Amino acid sequence: MKWLTILMVLPLLGAAMISTLSKANEKAAKQLALATTLIVMAATIAMAVGFQRDNIDLQFVEKYSWIPSFGINFALGVDAIALVLILMSTILAPIVILAGWNEAHGGRWSVKTFYILILVLETMMIGVFAATDVFLFYVIFEAMLIPVYFLIGGYGTGERAAAAVKFLIYSLVGGLLMLASIIALYVMSGAQGGHTFDISELSKLTMSSTTQNLLFLGFFIAFAIKAPVWPFHTWLPDAAKAATPGTSVLLLGVLDKVGTYGMIRYCLTLFPEASKTFTPIILVLAVISIIYGAFLAIGAKDIKRLIAYTSISHFGFITMGIFAMTTQGHSGAILYMFNHGFSTAALFLVAGWMISRRGSSTIADFGGLQRVTPIMAWTFFVAGMSSLALPGLSSFVSEFLVLVGTFTRYPVHAIIATFGIVLAALYILIPVQRALHGPTTPGNETLSDLNLREKIAIAPVIAIIVVLGFYPAPLLKVINPAASHVISQMGFTDPAPTNGDK
Amino acid sequence: MTTSTSLVYLIALPLAGAALLLLGGRRTDKWGHLLATGLSASSFGVGAYQLLQMLGRSAEERPVSQKLFEWIHVGNFNVDAGLLLDQLSICFVLLITGVGTLIHIYSISYMSHDPDRRRFFAFLNLFIAAMLLLVLGDSYLNLYVGWEGVGLASYLLIGFWNQKPAYATASKKAFVMNRVGDMGLSFAIMIAFATMGTVSFTGVAEHAHHTSEAALTGMGIMLLVAAAGKSAQFPLQAWLGDAMAGPTPVSALIHAATMVTAGVYLITRSNFVFDAAPTAQLLVVIVGAITLMFGALIGTAKDDIKKALAASTMSQIGYMILAAGLGPVGYAFAIMHLLTHGFFKAGMFLGAGSVMHGMNDEVNMRKYGALRKFMPITFATFGLGYLAILGVPPFAGFYSKDMIIETAFNAGGVKGIILGCVTLIGAGITAFYMTRVIILTFTGTKRWDEDAHPHESPWLMWLPMAILAIGSVTSGFLLSRGDALVNWLHPLFAHHGEHEELLKPIVVSGLALTMVAIGIAVAFLKYSRNEVAHVAPENVSVFTKIARQDLMQDRFNEAIFMRPGQALTATLVATDNAVIDGTVRGIGQMAMGSGSALRGIQNGFVRSYAALILVGAVALVAAIWVVVQ
Amino acid sequence: MDASNYLYVSALLFTIGAVGVVVRRNAIVVFMCIELMLNAANLSFVTFSRINGDLDGQVMAFFTMVVAACEVVVGLAIIVTIYRSRRSASVDDASLLKR
Repeated sequence: MKWLTILMVLPLLGAAMISTLSKANEKAAKQLALATTLIVMAATIAMAVGFQRDNIDLQFVEKYSWIPSFGINFALGVDAIALVLILMSTILAPIVILAGWNEAHGGRWSVKTFYILILVLETMMIGVFAATDVFLFYVIFEAMLIPVYFLIGGYGTGERAAAAVKFLIYSLVGGLLMLASIIALYVMSGAQGGHTFDISELSKLTMSSTTQNLLFLGFFIAFAIKAPVWPFHTWLPDAAKAATPGTSVLLLGVLDKVGTYGMIRYCLTLFPEASKTFTPIILVLAVISIIYGAFLAIGAKDIKRLIAYTSISHFGFITMGIFAMTTQGHSGAILYMFNHGFSTAALFLVAGWMISRRGSSTIADFGGLQRVTPIMAWTFFVAGMSSLALPGLSSFVSEFLVLVGTFTRYPVHAIIATFGIVLAALYILIPVQRALHGPTTPGNETLSDLNLREKIAIAPVIAIIVVLGFYPAPLLKVINPAASHVISQMGFTDPAPTNGDK
Repeated sequence: MTTSTSLVYLIALPLAGAALLLLGGRRTDKWGHLLATGLSASSFGVGAYQLLQMLGRSAEERPVSQKLFEWIHVGNFNVDAGLLLDQLSICFVLLITGVGTLIHIYSISYMSHDPDRRRFFAFLNLFIAAMLLLVLGDSYLNLYVGWEGVGLASYLLIGFWNQKPAYATASKKAFVMNRVGDMGLSFAIMIAFATMGTVSFTGVAEHAHHTSEAALTGMGIMLLVAAAGKSAQFPLQAWLGDAMAGPTPVSALIHAATMVTAGVYLITRSNFVFDAAPTAQLLVVIVGAITLMFGALIGTAKDDIKKALAASTMSQIGYMILAAGLGPVGYAFAIMHLLTHGFFKAGMFLGAGSVMHGMNDEVNMRKYGALRKFMPITFATFGLGYLAILGVPPFAGFYSKDMIIETAFNAGGVKGIILGCVTLIGAGITAFYMTRVIILTFTGTKRWDEDAHPHESPWLMWLPMAILAIGSVTSGFLLSRGDALVNWLHPLFAHHGEHEELLKPIVVSGLALTMVAIGIAVAFLKYSRNEVAHVAPENVSVFTKIARQDLMQDRFNEAIFMRPGQALTATLVATDNAVIDGTVRGIGQMAMGSGSALRGIQNGFVRSYAALILVGAVALVAAIWVVVQ
Repeated sequence: MDASNYLYVSALLFTIGAVGVVVRRNAIVVFMCIELMLNAANLSFVTFSRINGDLDGQVMAFFTMVVAACEVVVGLAIIVTIYRSRRSASVDDASLLKR
């Protein structure tokens, strides 16, 4: 079965069907979009069941000639890392649609267009993780910006146009640098036995260390902007604030993961030597991201910006785990990508419901919600606990693995990063106190609690957060072989226990 | 080691109760509290059954383990969800479930008028489950889950009435300061894994003897930080007083009997680390000694009955930490004091709750007085707890506290004399402030508010108090009869040689009792003979003023951490906007600016276009000419 | 006679034309100045043709003349139209295209 092609085509089919509907028939568009994403989710899970977890090669490989004269193929395939991320994306998609059932209203264009954009985006989310041809990856990497641009600029709130442009230009700048590196790789591959964009062929190229460093930077800056790593982060809070909650979930939960995924798949695989050269700098950036993002989250007055800043902190952890070059750090980082998708989704969706009920996203406008809308308040609380990595919830496992994995090789970085967990308590508990506790702020007395649709949307997210907190083994067993493979490819072995001799 | 399949029920029962009550919503309002109490009691039943099983085995086979499932396996970092019940944890299990069940029973009545009683019981059950996981986890990481779990439960319960902003702030403060401690625990686990490659208790115990002292010292200090956060020890003690915002049963269970003693458990459990790291051990003793005095001094100045008791808790845990820091000689006594303290302090807190129940939730002792006649049972149980904490023979505290003072004196050298004196003086101050509480609350004249109608609490409330009072009377005698507890715990700790006795036990007891008598006498002179003012007098010594403000702990934290932190946050927010985003916007504005500057050339006048073309052409020709030349 | 003298004349004519285009306001005069520049170029072409001894330059000159003729047709039509609508033949008045 051509699983990956099927996965990529299904949302497009759904989008095509929606486009035939009349504009007035909004309900059918929503239902069709939900049905499509549910089918895609089911198909992904079916594919994942057939994944051989001890096989470190690419699986479900497909290859079609696309532009033969340049050696460009439409080549797909997944390893454990890509599989986990595709799984996360396709599970999040129906949840986002169900949770944001009414968020397309009040947009610049029709509701129908909104769902077409979401479905097109889903195709690209699958494609970007499944691509094994660097050119194909680049095309999807850039093409993804288009639906997101329209989703933010057309359906967002506040200064949506400015935020959309900022997001687009930031990403394009990174993409441009990456394009330069890709062309250089292509040219070099021509000199060393035939033009190709195939990633496994490209990883065998020999190049001088200067070249490698420059090309690495081209890729890394693109991914650092995407992730985002400090100091390339300022587009994220603006975009997250302007976008609808559902779009923000896809933006922070999936699109940003392309950055960290790219660091593993492209930076480490194509430029192992340069990765080692830049590791000290990148680790410092990661640690700064962790602490800096946390401080900015503490200082944030807007709840959506706050969540965006927490994500910057979390992406710092992921980046640190990737470049710590230990299996614990690496597995933790990959697991973190998965878990962060759900904990951020929970936070953003509940925050979105709070905002749509209150008509404001300023934290100070809320207050005492726990007495007025208990279910919504407690859901937000659980999501917050997941964000601060409370043991027993999924993020703890990944965060702790990253910290332990980093500590064995880079103790100083790990120690500074661990201060982030105290800051995390502050940046979650401050909005919890302001929004949920205290006397009910005037204007909030009549807010309604979650309805059945919203409960159904959030329940699986919370369930995943709790279950994976106690039992992450199914995911870890898939991730571990891939993570140790990357580490051994890089020529690293885990530091042995030192008995304190160091 | 014996394996078992029933350990998990200890945790699963209360956890299921919490889940059921939280997810069940209003449907469970009617019977939720009964279910929660029943589950807590059945957990106690399982614990008692385990104790009986354990008693039937020889010392080496007493520890029981159960592997639940595979938790985190990555590379050589392997942690299973496993439970370990040994002689140490069984003490805690019975204390937690026993006192916990009594407090459940008490709360049925105490919280009966609260619309959210079901949620309260759900949180209590959640706490019991987390606390049991803390003491039953077989590795530091499992312990960590329980460690933060009790922190969460404590946060939820302190902020149970979080519609009051001060209470919400108190709960946040507790969680954040606990997180500082948790960070210490994280570091300890990381050090353990990096140096020994394992984080299980048995693994670390095996590796500890061939691990460098520096690493163990680091780990020990970090464990101490963790213990200080959870057990409200110096310098992370500031949250405990504010934590009294929670309902009184919570203060009794979490902030007196069980959770705050988790630090003592952690240090005792990590005896293999501390025994090999004398520096860390010394720090433990110092922290314990400082907190002992710190809490006692705060206790002398508090008018809020719960805060006075909280300060006393802090001080008593200081005793335990100090004992645990003395090494193998002290561990058993730390645990003994922990158990007896669990009885008498929980009992006194429940007594305080009973008083508040009768006095319209008034906590200011200056508005009490003469309650002895109106609440005889409360007075009796509180009085027994009072005698126990003072260490009057034959009440519980006499056995446990005297042993700690004795061990402190025997620690040797100057250290021993200092520690001995500190513990002795602490005992005197304890006697002073506890007598003050008794006098202000139960004796003297009525100083009530007009609408107060004190009455004895219903039997559901006084029954647990009575049972705890019995424990306060008998537990010390029972635990120390024939060195029962010491021998019970003996296999877990490193063996120690006989110490030279500095003072004979009888002399120590005499000294301690003298100090206690002095404390009581001073309190009587000060409070019983004079009329107690309705509001706290202002013309007091500077020491009293400082003690009323918790020895400036909040001011210190605010000045050293909070305000600089807020300033840093504000600076970073401004910097992010001005510098980083400013640079980005600057680049954008530069493009726009150069655009509008160049737009000036497009003025629409054909002749200026022509002139520009001409200038351009000439410049081009000139350039070519220069290049060709 | 030295052929370069023709080039000097051509350069002179071109300069006069160019200055005229920049300085004068009247569209007709500007137009004539453009013609002057084109013809200066023609003169150069023919001169170079003579110097090089081939016919390329002369062919080029014919091209230029054709283009100049077309230009006159279109240009004069525009000027007349503008004059009709705004009663002015000043190039400065026709500055609507700015911004």
